[in-house]
Amino acid sequence: MEKKISMKPAAETALIPKEITLDAIKQYKALLKKEFLLEARQQHTLYGVMLYIASTVFVIYLTMGSPEAETWNALFWITQLFICINAVAKSFLQEAKGRMLYYYSITSPVIFILSKLTYNIILMVAMGVINLMLFAAFMGNPTSSFFLFMGIGVLGSIGLGLIFTMLAAIASKALQQASLMAILGFPLVIPQLLLLARLSKAAFSEIFRDGVPIQLVLLILALDIMIVLLSVILYPFLWKD
Amino acid sequence: MKLTWWKISAVVLLVYAVVGGLLLPVPELSQLGETIRNLYYHVCMWFAMMILFTISIIQSIKYLRTGDIRHDIKAMSYAGVGTYMGLLGYATGAIWASFTWADPNNPAYASFGSIMREPKLIGAAIALLIYGAYFILRSSVTDLDQRARVSAVYNVFAYAMLFPSIWIIPRLLPSLHPGQEGNPALNFNDIDTRMRIVFYPAVLGWTLLGAWISTLIIRYKFIVESKIVNNEK
Repeated sequence: MEKKISMKPAAETALIPKEITLDAIKQYKALLKKEFLLEARQQHTLYGVMLYIASTVFVIYLTMGSPEAETWNALFWITQLFICINAVAKSFLQEAKGRMLYYYSITSPVIFILSKLTYNIILMVAMGVINLMLFAAFMGNPTSSFFLFMGIGVLGSIGLGLIFTMLAAIASKALQQASLMAILGFPLVIPQLLLLARLSKAAFSEIFRDGVPIQLVLLILALDIMIVLLSVILYPFLWKD
Repeated sequence: MKLTWWKISAVVLLVYAVVGGLLLPVPELSQLGETIRNLYYHVCMWFAMMILFTISIIQSIKYLRTGDIRHDIKAMSYAGVGTYMGLLGYATGAIWASFTWADPNNPAYASFGSIMREPKLIGAAIALLIYGAYFILRSSVTDLDQRARVSAVYNVFAYAMLFPSIWIIPRLLPSLHPGQEGNPALNFNDIDTRMRIVFYPAVLGWTLLGAWISTLIIRYKFIVESKIVNNEK
Protein backbone atom coordinates (compact mmCIF):
# COMPACT_ATOMS: atom_id res chain seq x y z
CA MET A 1 0.00 0.00 0.00
CA GLU A 2 1.39 3.32 -1.02
CA LYS A 3 1.54 5.56 1.96
CA LYS A 4 1.00 9.17 1.23
CA ILE A 5 3.73 11.06 2.97
CA SER A 6 3.90 14.65 2.09
CA MET A 7 0.78 16.64 2.23
CA LYS A 8 1.99 20.11 1.62
CA PRO A 9 0.40 22.15 4.37
CA ALA A 10 -1.45 24.48 2.09
CA ALA A 11 -1.49 27.11 4.74
CA GLU A 12 -0.01 29.83 2.61
CA THR A 13 -3.29 30.31 0.89
CA ALA A 14 -5.26 30.40 4.08
CA LEU A 15 -2.79 32.32 6.21
CA ILE A 16 -4.43 35.70 5.96
CA PRO A 17 -8.00 36.28 4.98
CA LYS A 18 -7.95 37.82 1.52
CA GLU A 19 -9.02 41.13 2.94
CA ILE A 20 -10.49 42.10 6.26
CA THR A 21 -13.94 42.43 4.86
CA LEU A 22 -17.26 42.70 6.53
CA ASP A 23 -17.62 39.05 5.72
CA ALA A 24 -14.70 38.11 7.98
CA ILE A 25 -16.11 40.16 10.83
CA LYS A 26 -19.48 38.53 10.33
CA GLN A 27 -17.90 35.06 10.43
CA TYR A 28 -15.98 35.99 13.56
CA LYS A 29 -19.15 37.17 15.27
CA ALA A 30 -21.03 34.06 14.24
CA LEU A 31 -18.29 31.77 15.56
CA LEU A 32 -18.16 33.67 18.83
CA LYS A 33 -21.91 33.46 19.15
CA LYS A 34 -21.68 29.73 18.50
CA GLU A 35 -19.29 29.33 21.45
CA PHE A 36 -21.70 31.07 23.79
CA LEU A 37 -24.65 29.10 22.45
CA LEU A 38 -22.76 25.86 22.97
CA GLU A 39 -21.96 26.92 26.50
CA ALA A 40 -25.62 27.73 27.16
CA ARG A 41 -26.76 24.40 25.72
CA GLN A 42 -24.12 22.23 27.39
CA GLN A 43 -24.15 23.83 30.77
CA HIS A 44 -22.72 20.80 32.50
CA THR A 45 -19.18 21.66 31.36
CA LEU A 46 -19.39 25.20 32.71
CA TYR A 47 -20.82 23.99 36.01
CA GLY A 48 -18.14 21.35 36.08
CA VAL A 49 -15.43 24.00 35.95
CA MET A 50 -17.17 26.07 38.62
CA LEU A 51 -17.45 23.06 40.88
CA TYR A 52 -13.76 22.39 40.25
CA ILE A 53 -12.96 25.91 41.42
CA ALA A 54 -15.16 25.62 44.49
CA SER A 55 -13.77 22.28 45.59
CA THR A 56 -10.16 23.34 44.99
CA VAL A 57 -10.59 26.47 47.06
CA PHE A 58 -12.40 24.50 49.75
CA VAL A 59 -9.58 21.95 49.97
CA ILE A 60 -7.03 24.75 50.25
CA TYR A 61 -9.15 26.35 52.95
CA LEU A 62 -9.33 23.13 54.92
CA THR A 63 -5.59 22.53 54.72
CA MET A 64 -4.36 26.10 55.12
CA GLY A 65 -6.98 28.01 57.11
CA SER A 66 -6.25 31.64 56.45
CA PRO A 67 -2.75 31.87 54.96
CA GLU A 68 -0.49 34.90 54.99
CA ALA A 69 -0.47 37.36 52.12
CA GLU A 70 2.45 35.82 50.25
CA THR A 71 1.09 32.28 50.49
CA TRP A 72 -2.38 33.52 49.56
CA ASN A 73 -0.95 35.15 46.44
CA ALA A 74 0.99 32.06 45.39
CA LEU A 75 -1.97 29.76 46.00
CA PHE A 76 -4.27 32.05 44.05
CA TRP A 77 -2.08 31.96 40.95
CA ILE A 78 -1.55 28.21 41.14
CA THR A 79 -5.29 27.57 41.39
CA GLN A 80 -5.83 29.99 38.54
CA LEU A 81 -3.34 28.02 36.44
CA PHE A 82 -5.10 24.71 37.06
CA ILE A 83 -8.52 26.22 36.44
CA CYS A 84 -7.20 27.54 33.15
CA ILE A 85 -6.02 24.10 32.07
CA ASN A 86 -9.41 22.61 32.87
CA ALA A 87 -11.53 25.40 31.43
CA VAL A 88 -9.62 25.96 28.22
CA ALA A 89 -8.89 22.30 27.50
CA LYS A 90 -12.47 21.64 26.54
CA SER A 91 -12.51 24.38 23.91
CA PHE A 92 -10.78 22.15 21.39
CA LEU A 93 -11.39 18.74 22.89
CA GLN A 94 -15.12 19.08 22.56
CA GLU A 95 -14.91 19.77 18.83
CA ALA A 96 -15.68 16.53 17.07
CA LYS A 97 -13.67 15.64 13.99
CA GLY A 98 -16.64 16.04 11.71
CA ARG A 99 -17.36 19.45 13.06
CA MET A 100 -13.79 20.59 12.41
CA LEU A 101 -14.27 19.51 8.81
CA TYR A 102 -17.38 21.63 8.67
CA TYR A 103 -15.56 24.68 10.02
CA TYR A 104 -12.85 24.00 7.49
CA SER A 105 -15.32 24.35 4.69
CA ILE A 106 -16.95 27.55 5.89
CA THR A 107 -14.28 29.73 7.46
CA SER A 108 -10.59 30.55 7.58
CA PRO A 109 -8.26 29.32 10.34
CA VAL A 110 -7.32 32.84 11.37
CA ILE A 111 -10.91 33.81 12.07
CA PHE A 112 -11.49 30.50 13.80
CA ILE A 113 -8.54 30.81 16.18
CA LEU A 114 -9.33 34.47 16.88
CA SER A 115 -12.87 33.57 17.92
CA LYS A 116 -11.52 30.79 20.14
CA LEU A 117 -8.99 33.14 21.73
CA THR A 118 -11.65 35.77 22.41
CA TYR A 119 -14.04 33.26 23.88
CA ASN A 120 -11.40 31.74 26.14
CA ILE A 121 -10.35 35.18 27.37
CA ILE A 122 -13.94 35.93 28.37
CA LEU A 123 -14.33 32.51 29.98
CA MET A 124 -11.08 32.80 31.92
CA VAL A 125 -11.81 36.31 33.15
CA ALA A 126 -15.18 35.12 34.45
CA MET A 127 -13.61 32.09 36.12
CA GLY A 128 -10.80 34.23 37.54
CA VAL A 129 -13.29 36.58 39.17
CA ILE A 130 -15.22 33.63 40.64
CA ASN A 131 -11.96 32.17 41.93
CA LEU A 132 -10.98 35.45 43.51
CA MET A 133 -14.39 35.85 45.18
CA LEU A 134 -14.16 32.36 46.65
CA PHE A 135 -10.61 33.00 47.82
CA ALA A 136 -11.71 36.17 49.57
CA ALA A 137 -14.78 34.50 51.04
CA PHE A 138 -12.99 31.45 52.43
CA MET A 139 -9.51 32.64 53.22
CA GLY A 140 -9.98 36.30 54.02
CA ASN A 141 -8.74 39.23 52.07
CA PRO A 142 -5.09 40.08 52.77
CA THR A 143 -4.92 42.60 49.92
CA SER A 144 -4.79 46.28 50.69
CA SER A 145 -6.58 47.13 47.47
CA PHE A 146 -8.99 44.42 46.43
CA PHE A 147 -9.99 46.04 43.15
CA LEU A 148 -6.38 46.52 42.10
CA PHE A 149 -5.81 42.83 42.73
CA MET A 150 -8.92 42.01 40.76
CA GLY A 151 -7.56 44.07 37.86
CA ILE A 152 -4.29 42.15 38.01
CA GLY A 153 -6.28 38.92 38.20
CA VAL A 154 -8.15 39.88 35.02
CA LEU A 155 -4.89 40.73 33.28
CA GLY A 156 -3.41 37.40 34.31
CA SER A 157 -6.49 35.45 33.27
CA ILE A 158 -6.28 36.97 29.79
CA GLY A 159 -2.67 35.88 29.39
CA LEU A 160 -3.27 32.36 30.71
CA GLY A 161 -6.37 31.98 28.53
CA LEU A 162 -4.43 32.99 25.43
CA ILE A 163 -1.46 30.73 25.99
CA PHE A 164 -3.52 27.66 26.84
CA THR A 165 -5.84 28.13 23.86
CA MET A 166 -2.94 27.58 21.50
CA LEU A 167 -1.67 24.67 23.59
CA ALA A 168 -5.13 23.10 23.60
CA ALA A 169 -5.10 23.36 19.82
CA ILE A 170 -1.76 21.55 19.74
CA ALA A 171 -2.73 18.95 22.34
CA SER A 172 -6.04 18.20 20.63
CA LYS A 173 -4.03 16.50 17.87
CA ALA A 174 -2.39 14.07 20.29
CA LEU A 175 -3.35 11.27 22.67
CA GLN A 176 -3.88 11.85 26.42
CA GLN A 177 -4.77 15.41 25.65
CA ALA A 178 -5.52 16.86 29.06
CA SER A 179 -2.33 15.77 30.77
CA LEU A 180 -0.29 16.63 27.70
CA MET A 181 -1.61 20.18 27.82
CA ALA A 182 -0.19 20.67 31.30
CA ILE A 183 3.18 19.25 30.28
CA LEU A 184 3.36 21.47 27.21
CA GLY A 185 2.14 24.53 29.04
CA PHE A 186 4.02 24.68 32.33
CA PRO A 187 7.42 25.69 31.01
CA LEU A 188 5.79 28.36 28.85
CA VAL A 189 3.73 30.00 31.60
CA ILE A 190 6.56 30.26 34.14
CA PRO A 191 7.63 33.77 33.03
CA GLN A 192 4.04 34.98 32.91
CA LEU A 193 3.29 33.60 36.38
CA LEU A 194 6.46 35.13 37.83
CA LEU A 195 5.55 38.50 36.34
CA LEU A 196 2.01 38.26 37.70
CA ALA A 197 3.06 37.15 41.17
CA ARG A 198 5.51 40.04 41.26
CA LEU A 199 2.96 42.54 39.99
CA SER A 200 0.27 41.44 42.40
CA LYS A 201 2.50 42.51 45.29
CA ALA A 202 1.44 46.02 44.28
CA ALA A 203 -1.99 45.13 45.66
CA PHE A 204 -0.41 44.00 48.95
CA SER A 205 0.88 47.52 49.58
CA GLU A 206 4.45 46.66 48.71
CA ILE A 207 6.27 49.78 47.62
CA PHE A 208 7.66 49.62 44.10
CA ARG A 209 10.11 51.96 42.45
CA ASP A 210 8.42 54.53 40.23
CA GLY A 211 7.22 53.09 36.95
CA VAL A 212 7.98 49.45 37.76
CA PRO A 213 4.33 48.29 37.97
CA ILE A 214 3.58 49.99 34.64
CA GLN A 215 6.61 48.27 33.12
CA LEU A 216 5.40 44.90 34.38
CA VAL A 217 1.90 45.50 32.97
CA LEU A 218 3.37 46.50 29.61
CA LEU A 219 5.59 43.41 29.61
CA ILE A 220 2.60 41.15 30.27
CA LEU A 221 0.61 42.87 27.52
CA ALA A 222 3.53 42.53 25.11
CA LEU A 223 3.69 38.80 25.88
CA ASP A 224 -0.07 38.56 25.22
CA ILE A 225 0.27 40.29 21.87
CA MET A 226 3.10 37.94 20.95
CA ILE A 227 0.99 34.90 21.80
CA VAL A 228 -1.87 36.17 19.63
CA LEU A 229 0.50 36.80 16.72
CA LEU A 230 2.11 33.37 17.05
CA SER A 231 -1.31 31.70 17.21
CA VAL A 232 -2.47 33.51 14.09
CA ILE A 233 0.69 32.54 12.24
CA LEU A 234 0.92 28.94 13.45
CA TYR A 235 -2.69 27.78 13.74
CA PRO A 236 -3.25 27.48 9.97
CA PHE A 237 -0.65 24.69 9.96
CA LEU A 238 -2.45 22.74 12.68
CA TRP A 239 -5.84 23.29 11.14
CA LYS A 240 -5.50 20.81 8.31
CA ASP A 241 -5.76 17.10 8.96
CA MET B 1 33.13 7.92 6.97
CA LYS B 2 32.56 11.36 5.58
CA LEU B 3 35.31 13.50 7.01
CA THR B 4 34.87 17.04 5.89
CA TRP B 5 36.84 20.12 6.87
CA TRP B 6 34.56 21.09 9.75
CA LYS B 7 34.80 17.70 11.38
CA ILE B 8 38.59 17.92 11.33
CA SER B 9 38.41 21.41 12.77
CA ALA B 10 36.05 20.18 15.49
CA VAL B 11 38.65 17.60 16.55
CA VAL B 12 41.50 20.11 16.41
CA LEU B 13 39.56 22.76 18.33
CA LEU B 14 38.49 20.31 21.02
CA VAL B 15 41.99 18.92 21.50
CA TYR B 16 43.13 22.53 21.85
CA ALA B 17 40.26 23.33 24.23
CA VAL B 18 41.00 20.37 26.49
CA VAL B 19 44.81 20.61 26.49
CA GLY B 20 44.95 24.41 26.41
CA GLY B 21 42.06 24.71 28.79
CA LEU B 22 43.86 22.67 31.42
CA LEU B 23 47.40 23.97 30.87
CA LEU B 24 47.36 27.56 29.64
CA PRO B 25 47.62 30.34 32.26
CA VAL B 26 44.43 31.75 33.76
CA PRO B 27 43.82 34.79 35.99
CA GLU B 28 44.10 34.01 39.68
CA LEU B 29 40.91 34.85 41.51
CA SER B 30 40.59 33.90 45.13
CA GLN B 31 36.94 32.82 44.97
CA LEU B 32 37.33 30.72 41.85
CA GLY B 33 40.85 29.35 41.98
CA GLU B 34 41.51 26.81 39.27
CA THR B 35 37.78 26.11 38.84
CA ILE B 36 37.77 29.10 36.49
CA ARG B 37 38.86 26.65 33.81
CA ASN B 38 35.37 25.19 33.91
CA LEU B 39 34.34 28.22 31.85
CA TYR B 40 35.71 26.43 28.79
CA TYR B 41 33.35 23.52 29.32
CA HIS B 42 30.33 24.75 31.29
CA VAL B 43 29.54 27.91 29.31
CA CYS B 44 30.30 26.19 26.01
CA MET B 45 27.63 23.57 26.73
CA TRP B 46 24.97 26.28 26.96
CA PHE B 47 26.20 27.96 23.81
CA ALA B 48 26.10 24.66 21.97
CA MET B 49 22.64 23.92 23.36
CA MET B 50 21.17 27.23 22.24
CA ILE B 51 22.78 27.00 18.81
CA LEU B 52 21.47 23.45 18.32
CA PHE B 53 17.98 24.47 19.44
CA THR B 54 18.12 27.34 16.98
CA ILE B 55 19.06 24.96 14.16
CA SER B 56 16.19 22.74 15.29
CA ILE B 57 13.61 25.51 15.05
CA ILE B 58 14.96 26.56 11.63
CA GLN B 59 14.42 22.97 10.47
CA SER B 60 10.90 23.05 11.92
CA ILE B 61 10.10 26.21 9.99
CA LYS B 62 11.53 24.61 6.86
CA TYR B 63 9.28 21.62 7.46
CA LEU B 64 6.21 23.81 7.80
CA ARG B 65 7.13 25.61 4.60
CA THR B 66 7.90 22.55 2.48
CA GLY B 67 6.23 19.55 4.13
CA ASP B 68 9.44 17.55 3.59
CA ILE B 69 9.66 14.86 6.29
CA ARG B 70 13.47 15.03 6.26
CA HIS B 71 13.37 18.45 7.87
CA ASP B 72 11.27 16.99 10.65
CA ILE B 73 13.81 14.25 11.32
CA LYS B 74 16.56 16.88 11.39
CA ALA B 75 14.60 19.13 13.76
CA MET B 76 14.09 16.23 16.15
CA SER B 77 17.74 15.15 16.09
CA TYR B 78 19.12 18.63 16.69
CA ALA B 79 16.66 19.11 19.56
CA GLY B 80 17.74 15.79 21.05
CA VAL B 81 21.46 16.59 20.97
CA GLY B 82 20.70 20.10 22.25
CA THR B 83 18.90 18.61 25.24
CA TYR B 84 21.88 16.35 25.90
CA MET B 85 24.20 19.37 25.83
CA GLY B 86 21.88 21.11 28.27
CA LEU B 87 22.10 18.17 30.68
CA LEU B 88 25.89 18.29 30.42
CA GLY B 89 25.69 22.03 31.09
CA TYR B 90 23.77 21.29 34.27
CA ALA B 91 26.30 18.65 35.29
CA THR B 92 29.32 20.93 34.77
CA GLY B 93 27.44 23.77 36.46
CA ALA B 94 26.65 21.60 39.46
CA ILE B 95 30.33 20.74 39.88
CA TRP B 96 31.26 24.38 39.62
CA ALA B 97 28.54 25.52 42.01
CA SER B 98 29.55 22.98 44.63
CA PHE B 99 33.01 24.65 44.76
CA THR B 100 31.85 28.26 44.65
CA TRP B 101 28.26 28.75 45.79
CA ALA B 102 27.56 25.90 48.15
CA ASP B 103 27.97 26.66 51.82
CA PRO B 104 31.01 24.63 52.99
CA ASN B 105 29.39 24.11 56.39
CA ASN B 106 26.35 22.48 54.83
CA PRO B 107 26.14 19.35 52.75
CA ALA B 108 25.63 20.14 49.04
CA TYR B 109 22.00 19.07 48.98
CA ALA B 110 21.16 21.56 51.75
CA SER B 111 22.08 24.46 49.48
CA PHE B 112 20.09 23.03 46.56
CA GLY B 113 16.95 25.02 47.37
CA SER B 114 18.68 28.37 47.21
CA ILE B 115 20.82 27.48 44.20
CA MET B 116 17.86 26.33 42.13
CA ARG B 117 16.24 29.76 42.39
CA GLU B 118 18.99 31.25 40.24
CA PRO B 119 17.38 32.91 37.21
CA LYS B 120 19.92 31.39 34.83
CA LEU B 121 19.09 27.95 36.17
CA ILE B 122 15.38 28.62 35.80
CA GLY B 123 15.91 29.71 32.21
CA ALA B 124 17.87 26.55 31.50
CA ALA B 125 15.25 24.43 33.25
CA ILE B 126 12.53 26.00 31.11
CA ALA B 127 14.50 25.20 27.96
CA LEU B 128 14.98 21.58 28.99
CA LEU B 129 11.34 21.19 30.07
CA ILE B 130 10.16 22.60 26.74
CA TYR B 131 12.17 20.08 24.78
CA GLY B 132 11.14 17.30 27.16
CA ALA B 133 7.55 18.23 26.40
CA TYR B 134 8.43 18.35 22.70
CA PHE B 135 9.55 14.71 22.77
CA ILE B 136 6.51 13.62 24.79
CA LEU B 137 4.29 15.40 22.29
CA ARG B 138 6.02 13.59 19.44
CA SER B 139 5.53 10.22 21.05
CA SER B 140 1.84 10.80 21.66
CA VAL B 141 0.89 11.56 18.06
CA THR B 142 0.65 8.41 16.00
CA ASP B 143 0.13 9.69 12.49
CA LEU B 144 3.46 10.46 10.84
CA ASP B 145 2.52 13.65 9.01
CA GLN B 146 0.50 14.97 11.86
CA ARG B 147 3.29 14.26 14.32
CA ALA B 148 5.73 16.23 12.19
CA ARG B 149 3.34 19.15 11.78
CA VAL B 150 2.15 19.34 15.39
CA SER B 151 5.63 19.06 16.85
CA ALA B 152 6.99 21.65 14.41
CA VAL B 153 4.26 24.07 15.49
CA TYR B 154 5.04 23.46 19.16
CA ASN B 155 8.76 23.85 18.52
CA VAL B 156 8.27 27.27 16.93
CA PHE B 157 5.75 28.39 19.55
CA ALA B 158 7.84 27.26 22.51
CA TYR B 159 11.10 28.64 21.15
CA ALA B 160 9.49 32.02 20.56
CA MET B 161 8.25 31.99 24.17
CA LEU B 162 11.59 30.82 25.55
CA PHE B 163 13.52 33.94 24.64
CA PRO B 164 11.30 36.43 26.43
CA SER B 165 11.58 34.27 29.53
CA ILE B 166 15.37 34.24 29.34
CA TRP B 167 15.33 38.05 29.08
CA ILE B 168 12.60 38.68 31.64
CA ILE B 169 13.34 36.33 34.53
CA PRO B 170 16.86 37.58 35.36
CA ARG B 171 15.42 41.06 35.82
CA LEU B 172 12.83 39.78 38.32
CA LEU B 173 14.99 37.70 40.62
CA PRO B 174 18.24 38.38 42.43
CA SER B 175 21.22 36.40 41.20
CA LEU B 176 24.69 35.26 42.13
CA HIS B 177 25.41 33.99 38.66
CA PRO B 178 27.83 36.11 36.65
CA GLY B 179 26.45 38.10 33.73
CA GLN B 180 23.35 39.50 35.38
CA GLU B 181 22.52 41.79 32.48
CA GLY B 182 22.86 39.86 29.26
CA ASN B 183 25.06 37.00 28.22
CA PRO B 184 27.80 35.84 30.55
CA ALA B 185 31.27 35.52 28.99
CA LEU B 186 30.28 37.22 25.74
CA ASN B 187 30.85 40.65 27.20
CA PHE B 188 34.40 41.85 26.59
CA ASN B 189 34.79 43.25 30.09
CA ASP B 190 33.81 39.96 31.70
CA ILE B 191 36.58 37.82 30.47
CA ASP B 192 40.37 38.02 30.47
CA THR B 193 42.32 38.01 27.19
CA ARG B 194 44.22 34.90 28.26
CA MET B 195 40.94 33.08 28.60
CA ARG B 196 39.42 34.39 25.41
CA ILE B 197 42.01 32.66 23.26
CA VAL B 198 40.81 29.33 24.61
CA PHE B 199 37.17 30.18 25.21
CA TYR B 200 36.10 31.15 21.68
CA PRO B 201 37.71 28.13 19.99
CA ALA B 202 36.16 25.94 22.70
CA VAL B 203 32.65 27.29 21.99
CA LEU B 204 33.15 26.62 18.30
CA GLY B 205 34.58 23.17 18.94
CA TRP B 206 31.79 21.97 21.23
CA THR B 207 29.12 23.34 18.90
CA LEU B 208 30.70 21.58 15.93
CA LEU B 209 30.88 18.36 17.95
CA GLY B 210 27.16 18.71 18.72
CA ALA B 211 26.39 19.27 15.06
CA TRP B 212 28.54 16.27 14.15
CA ILE B 213 26.68 13.99 16.56
CA SER B 214 23.40 15.34 15.18
CA THR B 215 24.34 14.61 11.58
CA LEU B 216 25.25 11.04 12.55
CA ILE B 217 21.86 10.61 14.22
CA ILE B 218 20.16 12.15 11.20
CA ARG B 219 21.92 9.80 8.78
CA TYR B 220 20.99 6.83 10.98
CA LYS B 221 17.35 7.97 11.10
CA PHE B 222 17.33 8.43 7.34
CA ILE B 223 18.43 4.81 6.94
CA VAL B 224 15.85 3.56 9.45
CA GLU B 225 13.10 5.54 7.79
CA SER B 226 14.56 5.05 4.32
CA LYS B 227 11.24 3.91 2.88
CA ILE B 228 9.59 7.16 3.87
CA VAL B 229 12.52 9.41 3.10
CA ASN B 230 13.08 7.97 -0.37
CA ASN B 231 9.41 8.04 -1.31
CA GLU B 232 9.71 11.67 -0.64
CA LYS B 233 11.89 12.38 -3.68
